[in-house]
Amino acid sequence: MEIPKSFLGYKRENGRAGTRNHVIILPVDDISNACAEAVANNIKGTIALPHSYGRLQFGADLELHFRTMIGTGCNPNVAAVIVIGIEPKWTKKIVDGIAKTGKPVEGFHIERTGDIVTTMKASKKAQEFVIWASEKQREECPLSDLWISVKCGESDTTSGLAANPTVGNLMDKLEPLGVHLCFGETSELTGAEKVCATRGATKEASEKFMNTWNAYNDFILKEATDDLSESQPTAGNIAGGLTTIEEKAFGNFQKIGNCKFIDVLEPAEEPTKGKGLYFMDTSSAAAECVTLQAAAGFNIHLFPTGQGNIVGNPIEPVVKLTANPLTVKGMGEHIDCDVSKILSREMNLSEAGDELIKTTLRVANGRLTCAEALGHKEFVMTKLYRSA
Amino acid sequence: MATDIIIHDKKDNVGVVVIEKITPKQDCSCWIMEDDSTVDIQSLDEIPLGHKIAMVDLNEGDTILKYGHDIGKVVKSTKKGEHVHVHNVKTKKW
Repeated sequence: MEIPKSFLGYKRENGRAGTRNHVIILPVDDISNACAEAVANNIKGTIALPHSYGRLQFGADLELHFRTMIGTGCNPNVAAVIVIGIEPKWTKKIVDGIAKTGKPVEGFHIERTGDIVTTMKASKKAQEFVIWASEKQREECPLSDLWISVKCGESDTTSGLAANPTVGNLMDKLEPLGVHLCFGETSELTGAEKVCATRGATKEASEKFMNTWNAYNDFILKEATDDLSESQPTAGNIAGGLTTIEEKAFGNFQKIGNCKFIDVLEPAEEPTKGKGLYFMDTSSAAAECVTLQAAAGFNIHLFPTGQGNIVGNPIEPVVKLTANPLTVKGMGEHIDCDVSKILSREMNLSEAGDELIKTTLRVANGRLTCAEALGHKEFVMTKLYRSA
Repeated sequence: MATDIIIHDKKDNVGVVVIEKITPKQDCSCWIMEDDSTVDIQSLDEIPLGHKIAMVDLNEGDTILKYGHDIGKVVKSTKKGEHVHVHNVKTKKW
């Protein structure tokens, strides 16, 4: 298949391109959710991103909070941002971070004013932003403007046999065309960590990966009250035939094809070494992982599933694929790309990879994903430790 | 002939059922992806889609190979053709 050289995206002020054109209402903290949701209810075409944190955090955990908030606002799928927080200082910090992209952003704080007046003021600005954004048109953008993140979920053995290698085939075909790629899931590489480390493009990248995995494993050994076999593999994984974390890890790892990763990113860290594959240190919980990848600037997500994970994200479209015919039959409304014919050998991996590329480009051009049509907007902040 | 079981790598001692289920005494065709070859096996258990079958006799302490890699250890001896899962295989991690 000849791979198209471009897609239709929204060009942003900083040179990036979006696959979506969202105006978001971003609460800085948990207690500002109500006001943010009120604004999104008032002004049609905006979306609020409520979450559970943002108070009394400190150190690396607070840094991650800001990085996720600012990164979410900076994502090219976002046209403009309203930030609402309880206090002016942290609100301003997030506004200033997003403003560096050149996109419209305005902050409001609730303290000394109250929810109702803040909602009114923020709604007026949100209306202005959404009407402005509605005139943005899709334009031809080079394929290299795609930043593709991947994560699998509710995996079973069909994931490792077919759906994950299909993503790997797409990576092998798109990496030479200059796209950014990202995989994560530190915990779910357990058992395959040494093999994964050999896929660093440089000695430095390999060492950074092992340090990241070792730090994670030390944390697990310190906190675990049992052998983790209640959590990894999950009950869904086991129902699907996966027996051990090692088996799950080698299946997971098929997603990167033959690509080598050029750097290891902190959670929600924006890649800065140019095109190519990156590993990000993330949780393996679907919504947490996708939220971090979206905050790092990735603008379309590929999600292979076995038993049928249903996750979505408010700003980054999540494309689902599966090779499990029972999942296609039982929950087809969640599946954007069916590659189950690989198992019956009616389709080979390269054909499946081509199908996935076609689906990915259609979604990049604006086709709604199943998760978008079903209203999946899981926005879940990663918290590193308890607050002060 | 249709494929009932897929094996990732020639070295693997387990295969994955890719039809809705296989029944005891069923003669199954296995496709080895690595070299596109085919082998046959007769099942001893009912095994559902996505679950694994032992391609050889496995003794306690043996290593399970899938993708050509170590994915855990045998904790209960298992005959060729039997179901391989959490009842007879455990992680070597944690």
